[in-house]
This record gives sequence, structure tokens and C-alpha cells, in this order.
Amino acid sequence: MSEFGFTPNEMMTIAASRALRNDDVCFVGIGAPSAACNVARLTHAPEITLIYESGTIGTAPDVLPLSIGDGELCETAVTTVAVPEMFRYWLQGGRISIGFLGAAQLDKFGNINTTVIGDYVHPKTRLPGGGGAPEIATSSKEIYITMAQTRRGMVEKIDFFTSFGHGEGGDHRQRLGIDTAGPTLLITDLAIWKPDPVTKEFTVVSLHPGVTRQQVQETCGWVVKFAEALDETPAPSELELNTLRDLQARTKAAHEGTGNKKAA
Amino acid sequence: MVKFLPLKQAVAENLNNGDSVAFEGFTHLIPTAAAHEAIRQGFRDLTLIRMTPDLIYDQMIGMGMAKKIVFSYVGNPGVGLLRRARDSIENGFPRAIEVEEHSHAGMANAYEAGAAGLPCAVFRGYRGAGLAAVNPNIKSVTCPFTGEVLAAVPSIRPDVTFIHAQKADKKGNVLVEGIIGIQKEAVLAARRAVVTVEEVVDNFDDLHPNLTVLPRWTIAAISVVPGGSHPSYAHGYYARDNAAYLEWDEIAADREKFRAWMQVNVIERNAGDFAGRVEHLRKAA
Repeated sequence: MSEFGFTPNEMMTIAASRALRNDDVCFVGIGAPSAACNVARLTHAPEITLIYESGTIGTAPDVLPLSIGDGELCETAVTTVAVPEMFRYWLQGGRISIGFLGAAQLDKFGNINTTVIGDYVHPKTRLPGGGGAPEIATSSKEIYITMAQTRRGMVEKIDFFTSFGHGEGGDHRQRLGIDTAGPTLLITDLAIWKPDPVTKEFTVVSLHPGVTRQQVQETCGWVVKFAEALDETPAPSELELNTLRDLQARTKAAHEGTGNKKAA
Repeated sequence: MVKFLPLKQAVAENLNNGDSVAFEGFTHLIPTAAAHEAIRQGFRDLTLIRMTPDLIYDQMIGMGMAKKIVFSYVGNPGVGLLRRARDSIENGFPRAIEVEEHSHAGMANAYEAGAAGLPCAVFRGYRGAGLAAVNPNIKSVTCPFTGEVLAAVPSIRPDVTFIHAQKADKKGNVLVEGIIGIQKEAVLAARRAVVTVEEVVDNFDDLHPNLTVLPRWTIAAISVVPGGSHPSYAHGYYARDNAAYLEWDEIAADREKFRAWMQVNVIERNAGDFAGRVEHLRKAA
């Protein structure tokens, strides 16, 4: 906890939740994206449509899911469809306004790696892979990315292109025949970033309360560009913070109830 | 025509060394009991197909049963990495395995094409993504009407698919509800399908007509295994055992610990043990 009364991670989640609109149809990833989307739903965007790739459309979970297929997501959804339908009709059909992704490695053009660290055939670390992300990144109208800043995570060159962001920048997406906007927002635990309109390089547009330019640079593997008119992200309101903490407390309590150290 | 069989016999009659096999389930209704029976029977050289390989494939890979995996997300759902699969890919332990990696969209379309009897699936995918460069089974086709370049992947046609479902009626029709995932497509794409169910009921007369039902003639064998998807969940029956997923991360991190755990919890057990495993979870469901 900082002297501000909230953690960097809470600021990241709340800043991300603010970027979501009531009429958004959002393809939600697990972790910080899921928390942000549900805080948005429980505060300023009660009608937001949340979709998880397991097939739940318009879900409104009371607690955060542990994985994308939790029963809670189905029980509270408007409908649940099969996985092929999810990817064909809903994602490829162009019905998703925001795809919300996390990253193991991210570069300054919003390209994401969640596949391998090192060489693909002889990896240093084999990560889970893309799952739904390669097509979420190209079929959603816009992509929001959220991650905690580290030099290992935010790198000059990613080891593998799991999900295509802006490629080498500029009009690279259009040259590949991709007609969606790609990454339009990056929210970290320190700052809000937006792509430069021409080069598409992520540029810091707002620093979270108490964060310095130096901190942002020290935790990032490329030379950071800052906007000329740099804002300060408004601190979380009491409502936002309470909503997030209540959600996390409910989640913790619910999931503690399921374990007695038996495994299979 | 479908046969009701004990799981041991259903697995023995339908799985062979060298088969391509899908144990499907999308975080829900994962056929753990069927996978454990396959491990006890010691099959070799399997091609394991699954969108989200999770614990049961980590276990089979760790036991050296797989020569190849076809997948789109090789993680422990909600927890992190699959450590036995990693050890095999990174270090060739206990044996090296061939990897064919897709996206979820690629796998889902490939199963659907398999169910539809088509040789390949066509969809708008993999644009700008690195997978196409490392997987020779990702190619492209040009739409003959618009000229748009689309991704193409071969359809998935497993020798055998295993799934877990809520219930069968006495004739052998099978009901799947909740998150239905890819199970219907995986059954219809396969040459043979084996289904484990929580229970058998007289008939489905009280069900809504739009529920997902697999007609009995699409299935080779049904085995009644209450709790058969533990530690995943069966909607309406029992909740996910999250502690087991967390615990798996520690068990699978160590080769010796893994072998010891497998001996006690899989090799020396049987399908009848699953009902007891979910007893404490039924209340939470």
C-alpha cells in the first residue's frame, strides 16, 4: 500500500475499468482484465456485455472466475454457446468491440508474446500459448492491454508473435489486410499509454499518482516516449476502490470454500 | 450401437497404442476418470489432441504416453503452466514429443470441419501471428469469390474421443449442459466416442428440447462414473476443486514427486474412487 491508500495494481485495474463503456461488448481475459471489466460493470457501465471465450455471453459473475470456464459465468450469462460458435459468429463475425488481453512479453507496438521465451523449437520457457488471443487481437474492433511493468515483460523485441499488435508500426496492420484498430490502449501499474497516431508506438499519456517518468523508464525495456501534455491519472474514488476490494474479498472467500487439499 | 460398459472395458475396447485421441472438455466436464483409466492401462505413442490440455495431459505426457500433442493452450487453467508438458518440450523428459500448436479458433474450426466431414477448415485467422511460421499445418487459401486470403487448417478426425457429461438416458442418449465447450464437435469428428456420465436416468422427457443431446448412435460406449471429471466440475453436480489445481502446480514441478503421486492416486486407484473425491464439492455446487 502506498501513501495514497491504494496499490499500483489497484490503480491499474481501476484505470482499465474506466476505459470501458456501457455499450461495449468485451471479450475478457482472466486476471486483471477480468477484474477491470467486472469493476466497470459494477460501477459506471452496468449494461456492459462481458464475453468469456468458453462461450458465456453477457455474463455477470458475483465473484471473479478462476478460469474462463467457471460455472458462475454460465449461470449468470444471457446465453452460453459452443466454442466454435463463439469464435465464428461472435468474434470473427465482428461483434466484439473490445478485446482485453494480458501479456508475458510486450513490445512498444503492442505485439504480444505468451508462447515461448527463447527459441520456439528449443524454448528456454514454454508458456501456455495463444489460446483465443491471436484472433481476438485481429477480429475485435479495438484491443486494450493491461500488465504490470517490468523490464523482462516490456521488451524491445518479443521472442514470438503470439498476437499481432501494430507489427513494425505505421500502417503494418492495413498492409496485412487487417481492418480493425488493434491495440489502442495500454494500462500498466504506473501509467496509461496510447499509440502515436502515425508511428503507432505506445506513448505515455498519463502517469498514475506519485509515479515519476524515471520509474516508468526504469521498468521498461525500450526508450519511453512521453506525450507533451502529460496527465495525472485521477486517483481511485472511494466507490471504485470499495467495489474492487469487495469483489476480490468475495472471490477469495468463495474459492477458499472449495479446497480441502485433495487433488487428482 | 452404444454399449453401457464398465470404464475399464470401455477404454480397453476403444483405445489402442498409436491412436490419435481427444479427451475434450473446456475447463468444465473434463474426462479425468477416463484419462486415468488410460494411464492405468499404459497406452503408448498416443497423439493427444485437446484445445486446453490441462492436468490430464500433463499426467499422460509425464508418464511418457504421448508422441505428439495438438493443442491451443498448454496451461493449468487459472493457475499457470503445465510443468510435465514443459519438461517434455524443453528437456525431452521422459521423452521428447512433437508439438502441433494452434489458436483456439483454429482448433474449434478444425473440430467443426471434422464433424462436418470436410478435409479442412477455412477461417479468418493467424494474421500477423508467428504460429503460421512454425506449424506447417497452417496454410492459406484464397476465397474464389472475393479474393480474400484466409487461413486453412486440416480438420481434426481423432480415432477416438472421450468426454464426460451429466447424464445418459436408458437408451444411451447423452445430455451435456452448462459450458458445452467443444464436446459435441469432438464426438462427431471422431471415429469412435466414449462418454462417462454422472448418472443414468429413465428418459429425457422432462428436458427442454433445445438442450445439447448426443443421440445414442453417435457413441460407442457409455460408462457411469459419478465424479468422473474431478477436479474440474460438472454443472449442477459439483464445483471445481480449485485446491487440487493449485496443488498440482507443486506436484508436477518435481519429477519424483509426480511419479509418487501418480502411483498412489492413479495407478493404485480405480474409477469407483471418483465419487468420493467430489463428495465435499457437491455441497458447494
